[in-house]
Parts: sequence; C-alpha cells; structure tokens
Amino acid sequence: MNKTAYNANELLICIASRLMADNSTCFIGTGIPMLSASLAQKRHAPNLISVFEFGGMGAQLEKLPLAVGDMRTFNRGLAAAGICDIMETAQRGFIEYGFLGGAQIDMYGNLNSTVIGEHDHPKVRLPGSGGANDVGSTCWQTIIIMQHDKRRFIPQIDFVTTPGYLDGPGGRERAGLPPNTGPYRVVTNLATMGFDPESKWMTLLALNPGVTVDRVKENTGFELIIPDTVKENDPPSNEELRILREDVDKEKFYI
Amino acid sequence: MELVAEGRETLIQPPDLNEFRRWNRTQKPKALIDKRMGEYDAIHKFVYDGAYIGTELYGTVRAPMSLCREIIRQGFKDLRVAGQGVYELDMMAAAGQLKEIDWTYIGLEVYGLSASLRRAVESGQVTKVVEWSNAAISWRFKAAAMGVPFLPTRVMLGTDTFNYSSAKAVKCPFTGHTLCLLPALILDVGLIHVSRCDKYGNSQVDGISGFAAEMARASKRLIISTEEIVDEEVIREKPENTIIPYYLVDAVVEAPFGSHPGEMTYKYERDEAHIKSYYQDSRDPEKVKTYLEKWVYNLKDHQEYLEQVGDATLSELAFGEEK
Repeated sequence: MNKTAYNANELLICIASRLMADNSTCFIGTGIPMLSASLAQKRHAPNLISVFEFGGMGAQLEKLPLAVGDMRTFNRGLAAAGICDIMETAQRGFIEYGFLGGAQIDMYGNLNSTVIGEHDHPKVRLPGSGGANDVGSTCWQTIIIMQHDKRRFIPQIDFVTTPGYLDGPGGRERAGLPPNTGPYRVVTNLATMGFDPESKWMTLLALNPGVTVDRVKENTGFELIIPDTVKENDPPSNEELRILREDVDKEKFYI
Repeated sequence: MELVAEGRETLIQPPDLNEFRRWNRTQKPKALIDKRMGEYDAIHKFVYDGAYIGTELYGTVRAPMSLCREIIRQGFKDLRVAGQGVYELDMMAAAGQLKEIDWTYIGLEVYGLSASLRRAVESGQVTKVVEWSNAAISWRFKAAAMGVPFLPTRVMLGTDTFNYSSAKAVKCPFTGHTLCLLPALILDVGLIHVSRCDKYGNSQVDGISGFAAEMARASKRLIISTEEIVDEEVIREKPENTIIPYYLVDAVVEAPFGSHPGEMTYKYERDEAHIKSYYQDSRDPEKVKTYLEKWVYNLKDHQEYLEQVGDATLSELAFGEEK
C-alpha cells in the first residue's frame, strides 16, 4: 500500500493514464488528458501516439502544451498536419481513444459544453463544442473526465453538445454515427464508470480509494447500475507520482 | 437524396458557388502584383460594416492579432464571424462589433470562459448564434475550397449541436446511411497570419497549419499578415512549403510579433502575463474598455503597439537562434 499523499488531480491523471494502451492512437485535449498521456508515454506506453486536433501527431510530450495548437503538441512529432487531416483520420477509423470533458453528463454519456439554461436565453454561455462533438462522433472509444457531483451528473442535460449513446441502445446507429463507437469510461474524482453493454446505461466499475458506493450514489443525479462486485482503483503508485511530479509537470501547472 | 433531419437555423452566409467562380475569375488578378500595404489600408479597403469575416488561428497560436486590433480601431459594426475564436473575438465582442456568429469554440482555453462574449450573448447584443463543431467549420471551408456546395460527413448527428445548426441530415444515395451535410462557407474577408510570404502573397506556415489552407481558399478577400516579407527567391527555393499561393491574397501586411499576445511556432512564445491580465480585465465591462483604450484605440498602429509592449518583453518572448 502506498503511503505517499496525493491530491485529487494526481489521482485523476493516474487513473486515466492507466487506460491508455501502448501502440494506440489517442485524441487528446488540454489539461488532464495531456498529463495522463505524458505519464503513459513515460511509464507503460512509450509508443502512445498523441493526436491534437489542429494537426500535431505523435509528439513526445516532454513539456506540457498549454493549448491544443501550441508547439509542444508536435514537439519531436511524427507529423505536423492541419485540422482537416486530423478530423478525417478520426472519421476513417484510425483513432482509438478520445478524451472528453463537459459541464453536464447524463446516464448515456451524452455531454453538454454549450449552454446552461435555454440556448436562446442562456443562464451561462459555455465555450461550445470545439472538437468535442467530432471526437465523440468518430473516435472508437471515448474516455470522459469530470468532477463528480449532482449538478453535473443529471438525467436531463440542458444541451447535447457531444453524443454519448444518445437515447440508449441503437441510438448512435439510428442517428447515423459510425457503428461500435461510443463512451467507454467515465473517470471522476470519486470513481470509474463504464456503460452496460446491453442498456448502454452508466455502470459503476471501481471506487477511488476511501470512497463508498453510497457517496457515489449521493453525488449522482440519476440511478447508476451498481454491479455485485465493485473494484477499487489502486492509489497512485510511488513510481507514477515520481514521474508525474519530477518529469511530467515539473513546472506545476496542473498538479 | 431523402432529407432525414435539419438544423433549425437559416444560414448566416448562404453559399453561391457560381458567383464564387465568377468572383475568382474577375476579382482575383492572376498577375504578380505587389500587394504590400499597411494594416490601416488593408483593413480599410476590404472590411466593411456587416461583412462576414473569419480569423484563422488555434487558440492563441498564429492569431492575426494585429489585423484584429485594426478592425476594432476602425470601429466596424454588425460583423458576422466564424469562431473558433479566443482573444480576438472576445475583444471584438467587448467593442460591440459582433452581430451573428457561426460558433464552434469561443473561450480562453486554460483561463476558461470568454467573458465579453458571454455578456454579449447573454444580453442579446449578439442576435444569432449557430452551433457547429470544429471539424464542421473546417470542412465548411473545405467545401468552399473545393468549389462544391456541401460536404457529407459523420459528425454532429443526433445532437443538439446539429439541431441548433444549419446542417441537414440525409440518406446517402449510395449506402443508405444517414450523413450530415455541411454547407460551404465562403467568407467575405479572411484574416491569416503566416510565418513568411513574398510581396505577392505566396505564403508559408511553419509547424501545424490549422485550417489556413482551407480558409484561404474559401475567402473572397484574403488579408495576410506575416512575420516577415521575404524575397520571391526564398519562396521559389522551397515551393512545396507554400500553402497559400499569391492569387488567393489581396493584401500583404508585414507584422512581426503579429500574433502577440499569442505565440508563433519557432519564433516566440505567448505572453502569459499579458494574456492573464487581459483575462482578468475582460471579466469587468469597464476594465475591458480601459484595456481596449490602452492597447488598441490609443495606439496608431502595430508599430506603436510593439513599442508599448517594449523591447525587453519582446526579446524575452523570442526564441533564441538554436530554436
């Protein structure tokens, strides 16, 4: 058991990082996904190919990009293309994982990053889709990273910016989205969730250290599927924390 | 093709491909003409009230900031824009210049929401917001660049992003699958900042190229600002690097540090302190006015802007020779 203290961001970064397999392509945005990808490259997935929407492909993530188009997104990269090439590459089925966030999520993994309240008379105007809808439409598996609370995990989100399983089983296919795609994992400060293969409903998979099933339920605004056995996520290992602190984010932008 | 669904919004800028062909034949000289001019003349000559304009950038990277400051300085009204926007559109919103937006992402990246734009939308000053994704807006430029009225794609389907757009979903006549048709977007004026170009406008971009190639080809008028104007021979030595050929270009404006406070690949990094101070000012409508006074209205041109930023800051931001 690891006794080293860690903060909430470090835990999220490590858990997301463990989901990234070596020799796979991974569409990432700024923030936690970048740190997770960098940690993965330096630990278990040296040949993880990062893909950034404005054209950076296969960068060695030595310094953390601050923006999805900055030079670090193609640092010692394999290619420096443009946004059309990247998006078309995803549309052709070349990108395995895509990372997403949002202000609201529902039980089918649909995400809102456009508006709180009514679209035409918004309470809060959010940044909008950006590349999120494209990632959620065309990558094979999306991994969603969010803060876990009742205001964010709700049965009816205000605006479906990015498709999860839409209205449930078959929803994506009926809408015309590529088959066999959709949300794979939801990683939060409390737990890791997946989606039931039949009902496409969000399902608890693993609790973060010290978190109870009840606490996850209390912080989720819809009913989660709770299987008989729920695993526990390992806390960040000493090795993960060392790489993260001494190498990935030594400038302490995020952790 | 059988129509399956359609977004509720009418097009802000309906495409007319035959008119675009006629325009490209008659209004875009194929002769090699010296197009160098100052930013006042370039903006004065080609931008007008109500114009549909586009800025090509990714976040704060390679943003045509000196041209955008000039648009604010000249006070054009009722602009319609496509964004993909960060500081430049937030500043135009603060200056009250924006009326209709084809919206993909407008925010300040790590610093969060775009405060001026948020006020402009929430107050109703911006009268129309049409939603798209980043791929969608880039492919809309690509459709225009190809000279076709739409491109069939597999994004936006099934979402409110689609419902609040002007896209249409149809059954594919070949496969029977549902596709999202994205209408071509032809800009009245495109603004692109490049690494280098010659006096005719042949332009090269170092590093990733965002949507520069597509947007350049989708613009009726194209204003290029450039870190440096080089001799024609420099272009001819490596023509494979020219992603924007001269005949697309209407004006060439020399603007070293033209992306400031943003960054430029291999040239300079972004001015984090300046960006942070803008972000803080932008949250207060009065403070952002003071910012605009200080950094836009009270300055004659980009040269004066650079003098105000100061040599010390600029040389700190510039990468050394080894980069």
